[in-house]
Amino acid sequence: MSRSDNKLAFDGGWDYSPAPESTDHIDIAARYQLFIGGEFVKPESGKYFDSINPATEEKLARVADANEADVDKAVKAAREGYRVWSRMKPAERGKYIFRIARIMQERAREFAVIESLDGGKPIRESRDIDVPLAAAHFFYYAGWADKLEYAFPGRKARPLGVAGQIIPWNFPLLMAAWKLAPALACGNTVVLKPAETTPLTAMKLAEVIADAGLPPGVVNIVTGAGKTGAALVEHPGIDKVAFTGSTAVGRMIQKKLAGTNKKYTLELGGKAANIVFADAAIDQAVEGIVNGIFFNQGHVCCAGSRLLVQESVAEQVIDRLKDRMQTLRVGDPLDKNTDIGAINSKMQLEKIQSYLKIGKQEGGEMFQSNGRVPKKGYWCRPTIFSGVSQSSRVVQEEIFGPVLAIQTFRTFDEAVAKANNTPYGLSGGVWTDKGAKIFKMTQAMRAGVIWANTFNKFDPASPFGGYKESGVGREGGLHGLDAYVKLGAV
Amino acid sequence: MAESRVAVAKTYKIYIGGKFPRTESGRYTTLRDKKGDVIANVCHGSRKDYRNAVVAARKAQPGWAAASAYLRGQILYRIAEMLEGRREQFISELILQGATSTAARKETDAAIDRLIYYAGWADKYQQIFSAVNPVASSHFNFSVLEPMGVVSILAPEESGLLGLVSNIAPVIAGGNTCVVLASEGKPLSAISFAEVLHASDVPAGVVNLLTGVHDELRGQFASHMDVNAVIYCDGGRAAGRAIQEAAADNIKRVVARDRSDWSKIEQQNPYLIRDTQEVKTTWHPIGS
Repeated sequence: MSRSDNKLAFDGGWDYSPAPESTDHIDIAARYQLFIGGEFVKPESGKYFDSINPATEEKLARVADANEADVDKAVKAAREGYRVWSRMKPAERGKYIFRIARIMQERAREFAVIESLDGGKPIRESRDIDVPLAAAHFFYYAGWADKLEYAFPGRKARPLGVAGQIIPWNFPLLMAAWKLAPALACGNTVVLKPAETTPLTAMKLAEVIADAGLPPGVVNIVTGAGKTGAALVEHPGIDKVAFTGSTAVGRMIQKKLAGTNKKYTLELGGKAANIVFADAAIDQAVEGIVNGIFFNQGHVCCAGSRLLVQESVAEQVIDRLKDRMQTLRVGDPLDKNTDIGAINSKMQLEKIQSYLKIGKQEGGEMFQSNGRVPKKGYWCRPTIFSGVSQSSRVVQEEIFGPVLAIQTFRTFDEAVAKANNTPYGLSGGVWTDKGAKIFKMTQAMRAGVIWANTFNKFDPASPFGGYKESGVGREGGLHGLDAYVKLGAV
Repeated sequence: MAESRVAVAKTYKIYIGGKFPRTESGRYTTLRDKKGDVIANVCHGSRKDYRNAVVAARKAQPGWAAASAYLRGQILYRIAEMLEGRREQFISELILQGATSTAARKETDAAIDRLIYYAGWADKYQQIFSAVNPVASSHFNFSVLEPMGVVSILAPEESGLLGLVSNIAPVIAGGNTCVVLASEGKPLSAISFAEVLHASDVPAGVVNLLTGVHDELRGQFASHMDVNAVIYCDGGRAAGRAIQEAAADNIKRVVARDRSDWSKIEQQNPYLIRDTQEVKTTWHPIGS
């Protein structure tokens, strides 16, 4: 009996009753100001922009649009704050950061709901991943503040000064935590610029920081788009740039910083290969493929956006993957049953749609699940392309959406060659039941994070960052401290 | 009685992929001593030489990275042994290029000792800089260092031997291969050092040495798309800026070692190895 004979009807028959998370406990202001020198201040620009709920296309709030004068104010405030913060006893500094972690845990539900409203990600993910991990990040680095002499044997670690930090829209709160926590622990002060489509949880974080009683100017948050970010990067008063975003912008930043003494770390794009060998536990691998590419609508720099599956099991894997895709529920981010939420913005949706066109033009065979999607809002069904070649744009370029490119391989060496054949090197996955093969493959892949028989796992203790054009430096763990210190003789 | 034997002068060539070719460009620079007498016609290396050297370095890289740390350490030690054996040659070459005999002796001895220092690090730096990370979920998670790959090195101008060795040793101890542009004014030690490498079981292509004009080749060293990192030592602010700008084309890692005094003991430490290492983190579930 072939598999198709006893196949369950996955599409259509699996409706759940709606289970929306309530929003009545949420307080979103009509307007958000800039957080500079410990106070919420109106922008010198006098301008505001809208933050939109991508699931409804409705305006959530007006947010200050910082211009050069605002950035300048923030950098000066951070310089003032540095005098206090860098001279504070490290143990005391740590206690402030612990406070941030604790208050975030207390307000976790509120943060999760706002994160889903503003960015479109499923509440299941913001509740179980983004917010708890963000709090854990502060908790982890708080403890480092007074232990830095153990992190760098034979060296004395000193803070860099003022860090300008620019974060993306895919994990707004979590990326803020990744950037702020190690910077603060090492004694730096910060000007943080959240992404223009997802500024709300950063402004809530500003409230937490104010409530935690951090000295004024230690953390400053300036909202705005690319121009605000550029003003921050180019400001002569900062000592360090930490950027997470596209490789194109990262390259521009690296060029801009040439000839300055500013240090930088860059977390850029990726096009991770998720490699499935014939001897893998196939059901687990399929779950890993789904988690690899459909987690957070595929808005993940380390997403497993290329599936490399061994030829002998390719049909079986793709078959089961299609079945599994039919069970994924696309829709209301606040519904606890939702697997795939809204695409973050109209612009991003258009970009993804252009890649769907490109994939088809290149001769790829496209498959999408056929469940319902809401009428309003920005949506993209889970999508796979098979029959694509190594040179296809959907194989080489970062799409940043729920779109998987599938290729097959016969030998181990072919898998390695294909996996490494992109300019990126952020992450990778390997699925096999053979231990020796795991180690051989994890060593052969040129990428900074490798998941073996798992995918898309994150932890504050675990360093994250790319090889090649996926960036410079690491965030997280002991190695993440390095980005925020200068090392000198003891 | 006057010396009647005619001395045999050495032809100084470049070192690519374990061979000693002349520069493909056919160009040369005449090096003279203080009296104005010709010491050598040194190869005036070209961008094409550099590209060839990168190909050789890339080819050699996986094998060198896969060599055991123990073997890399032994080979570094072997380089030191060979250099010690030719100590007098290196001292007289440094004197020929303008050093006092005391300075030449000091520099040569320090270069030998520096190689011994890094030979010892080859199988230890991993243990200092790696980590097992206590993640909250049920996973075994660890971070190790891996070589960045191919590293281009613009060697220090003043310290023709010690500065050269101080930059090459940590790069190859960590499993990288490299392409090096020797000191422009004092290039002879670099080529003689290539002969030492050649006799030390260093696999072909692991170290490639060019002589030439820094102003001419700097841009190419920084911009080449198949080079993972660039180390530069002098050139001042303008050169640093140009290097960093060009390096961004492929998000190349840039290591600035401006005007370091290589004779100082602080200029040897495992953080120089770490400068050309990537951190790789691996996750695996713990379960049945």
